[in-house]
Amino acid sequence: MNAELAPGFADPVRAAQSCFRAVLDAMSHPGRVAHVAGVAAQSPLCVASAAVLLTLVDHETPLWLDPDAEPARRWIEFHCGAPIVARPEAGVFAFALSLPDLSQLSAGSHESPETSATLICQIGALDTGRHFRLTGPGLRSATTIAIEGLPPGFVTIWRRNHAMFPRGIDLILCAGDQLTALPRTVSIEEV
Amino acid sequence: MNDTVSSPDPHAARRHWMSVLARAPADAIEAGLARDGGLPSWTVIRGPEIGLAMVRGRAGGSGSPFNLGEMTVTRCTVRLESGIAGHAYIAGRDERRAELAAVADALLQDPALAGSLHESLIQPLADAQREQRLSRAEKAAATRVEFFAMRTMRS
Repeated sequence: MNAELAPGFADPVRAAQSCFRAVLDAMSHPGRVAHVAGVAAQSPLCVASAAVLLTLVDHETPLWLDPDAEPARRWIEFHCGAPIVARPEAGVFAFALSLPDLSQLSAGSHESPETSATLICQIGALDTGRHFRLTGPGLRSATTIAIEGLPPGFVTIWRRNHAMFPRGIDLILCAGDQLTALPRTVSIEEV
Repeated sequence: MNDTVSSPDPHAARRHWMSVLARAPADAIEAGLARDGGLPSWTVIRGPEIGLAMVRGRAGGSGSPFNLGEMTVTRCTVRLESGIAGHAYIAGRDERRAELAAVADALLQDPALAGSLHESLIQPLADAQREQRLSRAEKAAATRVEFFAMRTMRS
């Protein structure tokens, strides 16, 4: 039963700090693609997903796991020590291998919108696929990003999330060793 | 971490060897493991990492719990080539000791090795630790002050 247990960050302090910086940069410049390293891909997790989970999730942050990500559960529990919750709305973080129903996740309240969930979503690729145009805080001018693996109705789903501001879900997209972030403040159009 | 939840019996055995290993010096563990045909190879899964654990106490053993203070703890998890994972939590900051204790914990979970390792490693360490405890208790008992005597003297 222990056979699948694999190591986490080889150098936990440095790797977690540089990954945190990558997530911070990505969040403050929506659509900017950052690279992370320091941990081996942990099927079904890619390098970026594994690194972001190790960096952000710990015993104080309940995590909701998409049922498809179940094989990674033991690794996440061991290395992050996070309580895994069964109800999506109970998670401070959510991890999924395909975009889940965003309305199920906690969007925070008007009094404390910071309590909303951050969704870490593993997708196909961040350099091919459909192109999206992003505008909003952190972007001097509109930027374009290619994302492979989001559902067809993503722009509509996102518009609903964006309209809830200051409530709403923040999204971190991971593919391979790359990540990018779509905070709730960003407006997305398909081009 | 959760892999210790099964029937109560293997539980108790593992608790015993883990507590013996947690108190044993690194050299003694290494010597005990090496006797079994050299040290096996292992992969470090986590650590060894140093942290703090809050020690809680109860006044008189039955009062309400209070935080006594923090102690330094080093923990380590390793995996052997056979896939068995071993854990160790030791007091202090000796990383090598934590790593070796984790390796020993993993080896002791292997039914093929458990018997001989118990003989060569755990039993001698447990005996040495018990002897040390007894000799310290003896020394302490020799200097014991009977508060009962003082009380009778005062009255």
